Amino acid sequence: MNEVAKNQLSPRRKLINFLVHLLLAILSVIWLLPIFWIILTSFRAEPGAYTNTFLPQGYTFNNYIKLFTDRNVLNFPKMFMNTLIIAIFTCIFSTFFVLSVSYSLSRMRFAFRKPYMNIAMILGLFPGFMAMVAQYFILKAMGLTEGSMIRIGLIIVYSACTGLGFQIAKGFFDTIPRSIDEAAVMDGATQWQVFTRITMPLSKPIVIYTVMTSFIAPWVDFVFAKVICRANADQFTVAIGLWNMLQKEYIYQWYTCFAAGAVVISIPIAILFIYMQRFYVEGMSGAVKG
Amino acid sequence: MENNRINVKNALLHGDLFTKLSAVLMGIGMIGHKQVTKGCIVFLFEIAFIFYMLSTGIHSLSMMPSLGDRAQEKIWNEAKQIYEYTAGDNSQQILLAGVVTCFVIAAIIVLWVLQLRFSYKLQLQLKEKGSVPTFKEDIISLFDKNLHITLMTLPCLGILVFNIVPLVYMISMAFTTYSKEDEHLMLFDWDGLHQFQRVLNMNGNIGRQFWHVLGWTIVWAIFATFLNYILGMILAMVINRKDTKWKGLWRFCFILSIAVPQFVTLMIMNIMLQPSGAINVLLQNLGLITSPLPFWQNAMWARITIIVINIWIGIPYTMLQITGILQNIPSELYEAAKMDGAGPVKIFFKITLPYMLFVTTPYLISSFVGNINNFGVIYLLSGGGPTYVGDTAGQTDLLVTWLYKLTVDQQYYNLGAVIGIMTFVILTIVTLVTYRNSGSYKNEEAFM
Repeated sequence: MNEVAKNQLSPRRKLINFLVHLLLAILSVIWLLPIFWIILTSFRAEPGAYTNTFLPQGYTFNNYIKLFTDRNVLNFPKMFMNTLIIAIFTCIFSTFFVLSVSYSLSRMRFAFRKPYMNIAMILGLFPGFMAMVAQYFILKAMGLTEGSMIRIGLIIVYSACTGLGFQIAKGFFDTIPRSIDEAAVMDGATQWQVFTRITMPLSKPIVIYTVMTSFIAPWVDFVFAKVICRANADQFTVAIGLWNMLQKEYIYQWYTCFAAGAVVISIPIAILFIYMQRFYVEGMSGAVKG
Repeated sequence: MENNRINVKNALLHGDLFTKLSAVLMGIGMIGHKQVTKGCIVFLFEIAFIFYMLSTGIHSLSMMPSLGDRAQEKIWNEAKQIYEYTAGDNSQQILLAGVVTCFVIAAIIVLWVLQLRFSYKLQLQLKEKGSVPTFKEDIISLFDKNLHITLMTLPCLGILVFNIVPLVYMISMAFTTYSKEDEHLMLFDWDGLHQFQRVLNMNGNIGRQFWHVLGWTIVWAIFATFLNYILGMILAMVINRKDTKWKGLWRFCFILSIAVPQFVTLMIMNIMLQPSGAINVLLQNLGLITSPLPFWQNAMWARITIIVINIWIGIPYTMLQITGILQNIPSELYEAAKMDGAGPVKIFFKITLPYMLFVTTPYLISSFVGNINNFGVIYLLSGGGPTYVGDTAGQTDLLVTWLYKLTVDQQYYNLGAVIGIMTFVILTIVTLVTYRNSGSYKNEEAFM
């Protein structure tokens, strides 16, 4: 409305702009400081958890080498493989579960639809932890808490209940016009063909989002893994391994390796997260709209 | 016509021989009405059920009232010169078997009702049209108009077995003496509402801790939800200002901080804020403080630290989630306010905030619920500590982390279950009250 005033900023506006940018710069430093610090620590030459200086005195690559070669105490490569196997299977099952449930709730009309959504909401109000304690007993009764069966137990725990997390994908499916489906049905397509040949190709963003979130879940969860694995060290996932490195008995020897491990795990996850955050934003605004 | 309504009563009153027979022999109604394969499958389910009940089900149910009473015994074996243990009853397994049996019975009742209604439906269809869908046609319909059955069966089964059954099992523990207290880990009994009384009684040790933890949980959830919400919104608005340069760069900086897995950042924070951790070292080297700050050792410090760190984690998330919604606010509203001479602060409180609160109520509720159940932040940062001697709950424990300590660390399963139920009750009340009073609930249909 007043173009002239915008082009020739008054001194007061210049000052405000300067202060805003200064504030954002300071905040960015605060937000990035811990990440910066952990990367430095992962290259730190001095051992031990605590040092007398904020910045390392010497730099080395040995922490990374030790992390991937020392298999005696905390076997990180093994934990990495365990988590990878669990993540791949969890990813397959939960992607199928989430997409199936979301598509059915978004597109099909059946008597159980509303009750299902209400039940999902009620179950969401229970502390997730409460079911977990009992899940351990059920897995134990099924013999899935010993030896290599723990992996199957963890895959089940991570994927079995994912049908409750349908909100974001359903919000996305809701935005695809129904007229496309109806046209296909008129041309003689079955619902299955509509699902696999029409909706799925149109929903690439949400499929990618679902695949990535379910693949990431086993890497970043340590609570379920800790309850199910208990003391079976050879079945540990990466998250419990890293957690263990900070416990009293290991922290002096393993602290800088923990930093290295944290960096190794964080880089791929951070890349995936930054790549998929736009789908997250789209899904969120869909979900909020109802 | 009355008789055409397909329900159990009509099926029993007006069904033909096959339909009526299927009240006893499940599936016979389908076999008699030309759906042999389906009928056989249903009949096999009945046989499996009877077999299950005879082999273990009846026994499991009969053990439910007592939950077992034979204790494990140590007997001196003269011949081998050793103590031998006789296997006693394991109440935890008995309870689990009983709960599972109840679910199996409920499932067979549902199946019974469904097949009875279905037989009657087939009978009516045969009378009217003279034919019923063949097995092949049924299979085809599972990929067409009944696709939801194909897609949803497995996910529903997963939820039933690994969420609903465990929850019922855990809830049932609240009414028993299953606890390490008084050595009730192997054998325990029904205990009625005794544990609930203990938790709610303000004068007892457990009750005192419960009200304390509850108070902190609610204070925490309110601070965590609203501080993150408002500060995140302000950050999003500052970045989206017309005059702000390098918007992408600023957004990237904040998103990078949450792209790193949360448990990693939380553990790093915990270490950095230890008495000899990096932050204290930095402040001491700069000469700002002489002795380390008690971030985790003092209850008040720990609480404030946790809330501040949670802001650090939460602001980028809020920014990410509500940037899009912020841009949807009609610009006429702002222009009108500017014309009237309102300053940025006034505009924020009079226009932006009310609009956002209206649109994002469901988001706020779910974030409040998430914060009450926020296990990771508390457990990884302070571990619930500092804890006073004689208490099971620390000064920064939430109900969920206390639940974890009570069940996994202390093995007070019955108390843990009670805490879980109380959390659920509180969350239900909060959700219902806020939801019913919110604008988006009253206009829900408009959005659908």
